[in-house]
Amino acid sequence: MEEYLIAVTILWSFLFVYSMLGSLDFGAGFWALVYGKKKHTNASSIANRFLSPTWEVTNVFLVLFVVTLVSFFPFATSMLGTLLLIPVGLGLILLTIRTTFMMFSHYANKFQDLLRITSGITGLLIPALLVSILPITLGGFVVIEDGYPQLLYGKLLTSPTTYMHIAFGISTELFLSALFLTDYAREANDHSAFGTYRKQAIWLGPLTLLIAVLTIFTMPAEASWLVENVQDNLYGFGMSIALFAIGYSLLFFKQKNGKLGYTRAAVTFVILQYGFAIYAYGSAHLPYMVYPHLTIEAGFTNTNMFYQLLIGYIVGLSILVPAFILFWRLFLKDQRYLEQK
Amino acid sequence: MDTVVLARALFGSSLGFHIIYATLGVGIPLMIIIAEVMYLIKKDEDYSIMAKRWTKGFAILLAVAIASGTIVGVLLSLLFPGFMEMVGQVIALPFQIEIFAFLIEAVFMSIYLYAADRLPTWLRLVSIVSVAIGAVGSAILITDAHAWMNTPAGFEMTASGEITNVDPWAAFFNPSFFITALHVSVSAYMTVAFIIASLAAARLLRKGLSNEERNYHKKSLTIGIYLGAVMSLVTAINGHETAQMLHDYNPRKLAAAEGLFETTRYAPLSVGGWTSREDQEVKYAIEIPYALSFLAGDRFDTEVKGLNEYPEELWPPLYVHTLFNVMVGIGTMLMGLAFLAIIWRWGFKKPLPGWMLALFVGGGPLAMIAIEAGWCFSCIGRQPYTIVNVLKTTDAATQSENVGLLFVLFISLYAVLLVVTAFMLIFYFKRHPVQDELAKSEV
Ligand code: HDD
Ligand code: HEM
Ligand code: HEM
Repeated sequence: MEEYLIAVTILWSFLFVYSMLGSLDFGAGFWALVYGKKKHTNASSIANRFLSPTWEVTNVFLVLFVVTLVSFFPFATSMLGTLLLIPVGLGLILLTIRTTFMMFSHYANKFQDLLRITSGITGLLIPALLVSILPITLGGFVVIEDGYPQLLYGKLLTSPTTYMHIAFGISTELFLSALFLTDYAREANDHSAFGTYRKQAIWLGPLTLLIAVLTIFTMPAEASWLVENVQDNLYGFGMSIALFAIGYSLLFFKQKNGKLGYTRAAVTFVILQYGFAIYAYGSAHLPYMVYPHLTIEAGFTNTNMFYQLLIGYIVGLSILVPAFILFWRLFLKDQRYLEQK
Repeated sequence: MDTVVLARALFGSSLGFHIIYATLGVGIPLMIIIAEVMYLIKKDEDYSIMAKRWTKGFAILLAVAIASGTIVGVLLSLLFPGFMEMVGQVIALPFQIEIFAFLIEAVFMSIYLYAADRLPTWLRLVSIVSVAIGAVGSAILITDAHAWMNTPAGFEMTASGEITNVDPWAAFFNPSFFITALHVSVSAYMTVAFIIASLAAARLLRKGLSNEERNYHKKSLTIGIYLGAVMSLVTAINGHETAQMLHDYNPRKLAAAEGLFETTRYAPLSVGGWTSREDQEVKYAIEIPYALSFLAGDRFDTEVKGLNEYPEELWPPLYVHTLFNVMVGIGTMLMGLAFLAIIWRWGFKKPLPGWMLALFVGGGPLAMIAIEAGWCFSCIGRQPYTIVNVLKTTDAATQSENVGLLFVLFISLYAVLLVVTAFMLIFYFKRHPVQDELAKSEV
């Protein structure tokens, strides 16, 4: 494999991890808002119990993605930085408000409602802003003026594909987090929260799939290159749909001990579903980073740097694995944490 | 204002905001370790309470440290793409390794915060030590990138500006890395020590404290004074070496720091005053004869380069002299204060008088001002270059419009967050006063 392909595969894998972790994180914040008051307090506290220790780790993966992008592809920063200044800048402001308010709401019960509402709403807006970056790379929204790229905001904001992408991002976020919290609630032996989240996952799953398919049909004329590539990669997308079918139906089977739904297996299959879809989409996007102005290869760093960074990732991740295992055992497995009142 | 000026202003303010929380994030874990260890040794419940309360404050501040760090990390690529293009080719390693330091800190911080009661003591200590290592590690690594900007190394540049022969590790271990990293770490520890002393001193000045409370605050004041004394001494000694590093590698910055125009031996050190471009001197300054030559080379006859060696368009703004004075002045005063307090206690065997406590109340904020002044001196003193002698700031900055809009939004955000965090801290600690916890531990 060419070196730049290895680099983009690593980058894409971090994007995959962040999109999964981010969906859980932002989604849990949203559910904590929805179920905050009234009779569903269990569902809300389950979401919060998951969120408290994990948001920092999730946030680091965002930074990891950005740093990997500029260190593997330094020649892409110029174009991406100019194009994404406003969308990413606004995203950062919302993210900061969300992070700080969410953290503060643990320390000031008196203002909890206000803080929780703000962090819940920004939990929907941030993924919306982040996925709206995807259509920008498809072509048609960027012009080069005097040698500098400019983003056509008017066209972007009036284009149906932008809104389909946003709808897809938000439904994915809510589906993944609801499904995950179903399993988390089961682990915590919380039946009412389990029922609540399972119900949400059941209607969100098919909806997400439907929106995903529709999004392809709203792609603008300039993105026909991508649509063609997608048709050449049908294997990956087909696998993805099959995995969804399996994972989704697992929610309905009864286990031997009488419990409804193999939730852990369902989560696994759905994550695999997204894995296949994301890598298939990524390979359909090759060789462009921003069509037709910037290719992956043109953005790539020198090979000396590449290999040092590669070693860095291998060493760094292998040191971290034990820490992650400890983390997992303490917050996602330990009954004393999960079942506290 | 043009885009470049706005980009610099936005980035500088963002860092100025981040560094407040970042410095506290580097220093507080060390204070928590000290309290935990004191508790292990003395079995005095007060230290355990201290560790818990500092942890609460730390958690509130850390949220903003992480959020603002994410902002500066991403803004750097958005606002200075020309700079990041070079970073990606030459000095990407510290940025990358820093992520792993963050991950270690984030994972163990969650463990320490949310699982402390389920952990054995040794694992709790391992967690908080990992947090402290992660925090200072990330500070050292980001400082590495900053040091490389001051003393670039590890690559060659062709006439057309292409970068070749990259050696990532030579860039990593650039000439000013170790000295600068030490200066940044110890000055952060020093600052947090003085802030802890400030808070304790402010409490001790209040009337009507119970005895338990008085003892509790005295203990935290003692930790602050001793750590502050040690760290301010190391900061000053190492600051002296930092100045010598400037003399060797970046004489233009040293000349601007001291308002020295003509290259001279037996150069005097100017304290205070204002550098005048027209008269080529520092006005209203107190001059200490020979001191600058001694600072630069440990000998009175060291030749110190003046600004006139360089064309005027390569001079940094001359007000950096004031920034440098503020940093060094505050450092010297605080060191004096901490040692005076120690002598008072050991020599005279007396509790600190009210006027000295009042001085300590001011110490914490002053140390933070020294941090801000030091960084601004370093970054502004590097102008007009972003990477010294390699990349001009005007070539590093974005060409995008709309920076103005973001500037307004971000500055408002920082203003709101400063108020909200202060409010949260006050609100939380008012609601959970220390006498409640002290009373609880009595029974
Ligand atoms: C509590 C904070 C504090 C205190 C008391 C001092 N410093 Fe400092 N100094 C810093 C905090 C700092 C800093 C904010 O951490 C800087 C900014 C950039 C850096 O590397 O460290 C810095 C930079 C810095 C530089 C510029 C390095 C560069 O641009 O590459 C010099 C020459 C000194 N310091 C010298 C001193 C001296 C002689 C001090 C004598 C007491 C001193 N500092 C006290
Ligand atoms: C020398 C000055 C600086 C110091 C001492 C410092 C220190 C810190 C500390 C202690 C944190 C919180 C640690 C944590 O994640 O738990 C932090 C967060 C962060 N800092 Fe800074 N920082 C400095 C400058 C910078 C600069 C210039 C950048 C950008 C290039 C930066 C990027 C970040 C990022 C991205 C985070 C968030 C990481 C996360 O998601 O957890 N920092 N910094
Ligand atoms: C955290 C404390 C810091 C503060 C308060 C600070 C302050 C500033 C200020 C005021 C400027 C604007 C200078 C001007 O244009 O006149 C600036 C620019 C800049 N700083 Fe720093 N800085 C800090 C740390 C760092 C670090 C650790 C790095 C290294 C990654 C860094 C990299 C830059 C860059 C790339 C610019 C923009 C280009 C330039 O103006 O040279 N800064 N900073």
